[in-house]
Amino acid sequence: MSPERSRPAKISSDDIGAPSSAISEDGVAASGSVGVVDTSFFTFAASPNELTLESGEKLGPITLAYETYGRLNEEKSNAVLVLHALSGDAHAAGVTATDGRLGWWDNLIGPGKAFDTDRYFVICSNVVGGCKGSTGPSSLKPGTDRPYGLRFPFVGIADIVNVQTRLIDHLGIGRLLAVAGGSMGGMQALEWMVSHPERTRSAIPIATAVKHSPQQIAFHEVGRQAIMADPDWNGGDYYDGSPPAAGLAVARMIGHITYMSDKSMAEKFGRRLKGQRPLFKFSADFEVEGYLHYRGQSFVDRFDANSYLYITKAIDLFDAAHGKNLGETLRGVGTKVLVIAFKSDWLYPAYQSQEIVRACKRAGIDATYCEVDSTYGHDAFLLETEEETHLIKHFLERVSRDAVTESAGNTP
Amino acid sequence: MSTDSLRPDHEAILEMIPHGSSVLDLGCGDGELLAALVRERGAHAQGIEISEQAIYKCVAMGLSVLHGDIDTGLSEYGDKSFDYVILNESLQQVKSPDNVLRETLRVGKWVIVGFPNFAHISSRFQLSIKGRAPVTPSLPYEWHDTPNLHFLSISDFIGYCRRRQIAINRSVFIGDRRRVRLFPNLFASIGIFLLSNGS
Repeated sequence: MSPERSRPAKISSDDIGAPSSAISEDGVAASGSVGVVDTSFFTFAASPNELTLESGEKLGPITLAYETYGRLNEEKSNAVLVLHALSGDAHAAGVTATDGRLGWWDNLIGPGKAFDTDRYFVICSNVVGGCKGSTGPSSLKPGTDRPYGLRFPFVGIADIVNVQTRLIDHLGIGRLLAVAGGSMGGMQALEWMVSHPERTRSAIPIATAVKHSPQQIAFHEVGRQAIMADPDWNGGDYYDGSPPAAGLAVARMIGHITYMSDKSMAEKFGRRLKGQRPLFKFSADFEVEGYLHYRGQSFVDRFDANSYLYITKAIDLFDAAHGKNLGETLRGVGTKVLVIAFKSDWLYPAYQSQEIVRACKRAGIDATYCEVDSTYGHDAFLLETEEETHLIKHFLERVSRDAVTESAGNTP
Repeated sequence: MSTDSLRPDHEAILEMIPHGSSVLDLGCGDGELLAALVRERGAHAQGIEISEQAIYKCVAMGLSVLHGDIDTGLSEYGDKSFDYVILNESLQQVKSPDNVLRETLRVGKWVIVGFPNFAHISSRFQLSIKGRAPVTPSLPYEWHDTPNLHFLSISDFIGYCRRRQIAINRSVFIGDRRRVRLFPNLFASIGIFLLSNGS
C-alpha cells in the first residue's frame, strides 16, 4: 500500500514522523531549519512537593519534555511558547539526531520563518498526561514497579498549562511574548491568556474552540470506546502485554477522517482502488481505506492508548471560560490576540473561532481574526504555511514593537 | 508621510478625529485610513473587513483587523466602547443600513459616515440625459458588478438623520478633489458626516 502516491504537494499532519525531504543526504538540515535538535526534560514536584491538580489530586514528580530554538535575549522578552495538538510532541522544529525526523511545525519555526528563530526564543512544550517524554499514564507510578495506567489522575488543560508555567519559571522567563498553537495547542494558548494573562503578552489560537461541541465530544468518545472495547486494553493495564493496538488504530482512523475535508479526501484518494479490482473480502479495496489502515497502524507504534484516553478527555472537558462568560473572564486582560480559522475545517468550524473573537470584542481586547480560504480541513493549521506565516510574522513584529515601546515607557 | 498624500475623504476624516482616540473602522479595506489614523493621530485602531486579501494587507501594516461582516459584527461591542466608529464607503454596501447606523451610534461616542453622492451632477446627467445608470469616479462600478446595495444622495442622508433624530455635528463635501461649499447635493461626489445621538 502506498498513500504516498496520491499525496498532495504539501506535507500533511500524518507525515509527522516521516523522514523529511528538506534534509539533505548528509543529514544537514536545509536552510531555514533550526538544524539537529535534542529534546530536553524538566522534572519537578518531587515528593513531598507534589503538584495539586485542578481536581484536588496530587501528582509528582512530574517530568515535562520540551525543546527550544533560537536564543533568549538579555531582557528575556523574546520568548514564544508553541503548543502542540492531541498527538504531537515537543519536537516542533528541526530534525532529531536519532532518526532525522522533522518537527511538526518545522515549516513555521526557523530562521526567517513565521516564528523567526533569529529573533525569537521559541519553546515547544509537551503535555503532562502524554506519552512523549512527559509524565503520563505509561510512566512508572512512584513507590511501585508498575506504570500508572488508570491510576494516573485526571489532568485538564488547566493542569497541562499550569505545569508549563513551571517550565517557563525554570527557564527564567517572566512574561512570554506569545503563546501559540493549533487545535488542542490553541486551547492551551487560550488557557494561558485566561489564567495567566500577566505572563501572556499575546496569544495565537489557531483552528480551536473555547469549548468542545457535542459533535467534537462524540467523535472523541467513539475513539475512546474503540480503545476500551479492545480486550487487550485490559482496564488500562496492558504495559507488560500487548497494547490495545486494534482499538487505538480505529480511534486514530476516526481522527484522521475528521482532520480532512470532503474535498481534500476526494483530491487525495478519489475512488481509486488499491488493486485492479475489488477483492470482495472486506480488505482495503480503496486507497482511502489503505491510507486509514496505515495511519492507524503507524499511530499504534508511537502513541499510548491510555494517554489517548486522558488527553481526549482533557480536551472534551476544557472550557476556556471556566463555566463563565469568556468576554467577562477576559475583561481587563491586556493580551493581544491573533485568531486563525480555516474555511473547510468542519471539526473546529470557523464559528468556534468567531466565538473567541466575540469574547475579545466584549472584553475590549485588541484582536485580529482571519478565516483562511483552505480546502485542507482541520489539517490546514499544519499545511497553510504561506497564509499563517504572513499573519503570524507581522503580528509578532507588532507585538514585539509594542513591547519595546511599553518597556521604554515604563523606564523611570 | 504627510497628510498631503492622503485621499481627500481620508484627510477630511482625519481632521475630525483628535489625537489618541479609539477608532473602529467598519469596512476598513486595505487599512489605508486606519494606518493613517495610527500614524498621524496615535489612534487605538480596530478594523472589520470582509475580504480575506484585504485582511492580509492590514496585518502587514501592523493593524488589528477582524475578518467578518459589518451587519452582524457590532452586537458584541459594549455601549460607547469606541470614541469614533467610521463607516467610510461602506454604508451603501451593508444589508441593513438602518440597523448598522443604529448600532454604530450605540457602540461609538461619535460616528463618521462617508458615502458617494448619487445625486452628483454627473450622475444626474448620465441618468436623465444619456439614460444610463451612472458610472462616476465615486461610483465607479457598472450595474452588474457593483458592491453597492443602496444608492443615496447627500440630501437623502440629511433627511434621514433629521427623521431619526441623529445629530449632524459636522459635514464635509468633496467634489473634484476639492471641498464643496455651495449646493453639495449637486456638486459634491462624496459627503462625510460626523454624527452623534441627537437626543
